[in-house]
Amino acid sequence: MDGLAHQIIAGIATGGIYASVALALVMIYQATHHINFAQGEMATLSTFIAWYLVTEGVPYWLAFFATIGISFVIGALIERILLRPVQNAPPLTHVGVFIGLLLIIGNATGWIFGYTTKVFPTPFVSDRPLMGGLVSAHELGTTAVTLVVLMLIFVFFRYTKLGLGMRAAAYNPRSARLVGINVGMMLALGWGLAAAVGAIAGMMVAPVVFLDPTMMLGILLYAFAGALLGGIDNPGGAVLGGFAVGVLENLAGAYVVGTELKLTVALIIIISVLLVRPAGLFGRVVLSRV
Amino acid sequence: MSSATGLPEGVAAAPVPVAEAGTPAWQRLLLVAGGVILALAPLWLLESFHLFQLTMAVIMALAVLGLNIVTGYNGQISLGHGAFFAVGAYCTAILMSHFDWSFWWTLPVSAAVCATVGFGIGFPALRLAGHYLALTTFALAVAVPQLLKHKAVEDWTGGVQGLFLVKPDPPAFLPVTPDQWIYLVVVSIAAVLFFLTWNLIRGRIGRALMATRDHPTAAEAMGMDIASLKTKAFAVSALVTGIAGSLSAVAIEFVAPDSFTIFVSITLFVGMVAGGVASILGSLFGGLFVLFVPNIAESISKAAPGVIYGIILIGLLFVMPDGFAGLLRRLTARLRRGGTS
Repeated sequence: MDGLAHQIIAGIATGGIYASVALALVMIYQATHHINFAQGEMATLSTFIAWYLVTEGVPYWLAFFATIGISFVIGALIERILLRPVQNAPPLTHVGVFIGLLLIIGNATGWIFGYTTKVFPTPFVSDRPLMGGLVSAHELGTTAVTLVVLMLIFVFFRYTKLGLGMRAAAYNPRSARLVGINVGMMLALGWGLAAAVGAIAGMMVAPVVFLDPTMMLGILLYAFAGALLGGIDNPGGAVLGGFAVGVLENLAGAYVVGTELKLTVALIIIISVLLVRPAGLFGRVVLSRV
Repeated sequence: MSSATGLPEGVAAAPVPVAEAGTPAWQRLLLVAGGVILALAPLWLLESFHLFQLTMAVIMALAVLGLNIVTGYNGQISLGHGAFFAVGAYCTAILMSHFDWSFWWTLPVSAAVCATVGFGIGFPALRLAGHYLALTTFALAVAVPQLLKHKAVEDWTGGVQGLFLVKPDPPAFLPVTPDQWIYLVVVSIAAVLFFLTWNLIRGRIGRALMATRDHPTAAEAMGMDIASLKTKAFAVSALVTGIAGSLSAVAIEFVAPDSFTIFVSITLFVGMVAGGVASILGSLFGGLFVLFVPNIAESISKAAPGVIYGIILIGLLFVMPDGFAGLLRRLTARLRRGGTS
C-alpha cells in the first residue's frame, strides 16, 4: 500500500510539472491558436541558463528569478521576430516555423552547453523524512512552487487590467483593438509569460530527470496529453489534466507497462481523449456556423 | 452530374490539366527521354558512395511524396510520417531475415501493412485539424523507437540491435554491381509511384482531395464524402512512404529502432516544405534537399549543423513559401512570357 501511495504522490509531483507546461501551451493556444512545438526546447534552454548561473556561483533563488526574466524576454522576442511576420499564413507555415525553432534552439543548447548529462541542484533539501518517508523534499517543494505559479497566473488573468486585456485580445482581437488594447503587445506578452512558465517547469524537473538537451521532449508530450485531457481551451482544466496525466503515467509505469513504454502512454492518452471526448473533460465543444 | 468536378465518372481519368494542354506529344516524349537519361547517367558517372547517397535521396523523395499526398494535397499536417517509414522498413526487414523472403515479395506485404496502419491513424485524425493533428502524429513518431524496442516484439524486431539484411543480387544477365542494381531498383519503383501519384492527383480524386483541403464545407455540399476521402488519403500516403521505408531497409542493409526517431519525420516535413508543398516535382527536390543540405550545414558549422538547418528552413518559409518547385514554376512562367511576347 505504501508503494501505491508513494507512486501517487510522485505522480502528483511530476504532474505539477506537466500542469505548468500544459498551462504554457494553453496560454499560447488561446492567444494565437498555435501549439508551440518548441516549448520544450525553450524550457530546456532556460534551464541550462539557470544551470550556468548556478555553476558560476549565483545563489539559487537569484538565478531562478533571473532565468525567469531572461526566458520572458526570449519568448517575447521570438514572437516579435519569427511569428509576427507569418501571422496570417496557413497553419503549415506555423508548424514549419515551430519545427525550425525546435531545431535551432535544441541544437544551439547542445552546442553552447554540451551534450553531456548534468546534475541540476534542487533548493529543497530536508534532513528528516517527510510524511513518514512518503515524499521527498524536492517533490513537496516542486508541488508547492507549481501551485504558487498557477495561483499567481490565475490572479493575474482574473484580477489585473493587463490580464483582462490579454484575455480580451485572445478572445476577440478585432473588438479588443477597437477598445484600445494593443493586441500585438498582448501576444508578445503571452509568449513571454508562456516561456517564463516553461522555464520554471524546466528548473523544477531538471533535478529529477537530469539536465540534457533532449530533457523536455517527453514532457512536452505529457503536457499536451494533459492539456487535451482537461480541454485545450480551458486553463484550469489543462492544469487538472496535467496532474491527472502525471499520476496516470506513474501508475502505468509502475504497474502496467514498465518504464520503457512510458512515452507510449502519452500517445494512448492523446488518442483516447480525441476518440472519446475531443473537447476534453472541461473544454467547450466548438460549434462553427457556416 | 456524377462528380463534383462536373465531369462524368468515365471521363474523369482523362488528362485535363491546363498546364499540359498546350504541350505537344513530341515535347512530352522528349521530356520523358531526358528524364530517363538523367536518371540513368549516375550509374556510370558516380562511384559507389555517391551513388548510394543518390539512392537515399531518391528514397527520401519518395517518402516526401507520400507526405505530400496527405499534407500538401489534402491539408492534414502530419509530423509522424517517420512512423510509416519505420513500419515499411521493418516489414521488409522482418520478412527477409526471419522468413527468407525475397525482397520483391516483401513489397506488396509492406504496402498492405502500411496502408492499413495509415488507415487506422487516419481515423482518429478525422477529429483533428491543423496543429492538433500535427502534435498527435508527432507523439506517434516519438513513440516509435520505444515500441520497436519493447520486449513483446523484441524477438521479431531484434530489439536495440536491430536486424541485418542483404541487398538483392543483380540478375545474371545485367553487368552491374549490387550498388548499381539497388539504384536501378529504387529509381524504377520511385518512377512508377511518382507516375501513379501524378495520375491520382490530376484526376477526379486529386481534385476532391484539394477541394477538401481548401474548403471542406463547400466540398461536402458538393457531395464529397470528406471522412472517407481523408482516411483514404492517409492510407495511400502511408503506403507510399512505407514503400520508401522498405527500399531504405535494403539499401542500407540494416534497420534499428534508433534510426527511426522523431527526426525522420521532421526531415520529411522539412523536405516537403523546402521542395514545394502540394507539388509532385517538389517532392523530388525535397529528397535531394534533405540528403545534401545537412552536409552543407555541417560544412558551414561543424558544431551546430541543426542551427544552420533550422535557419535555412525558417528562411525558406519566409522568402520562398512554395519551395523550389514554386521557384522553378515562376522562372519557367517568366521564360515563357518572354518567349512569346
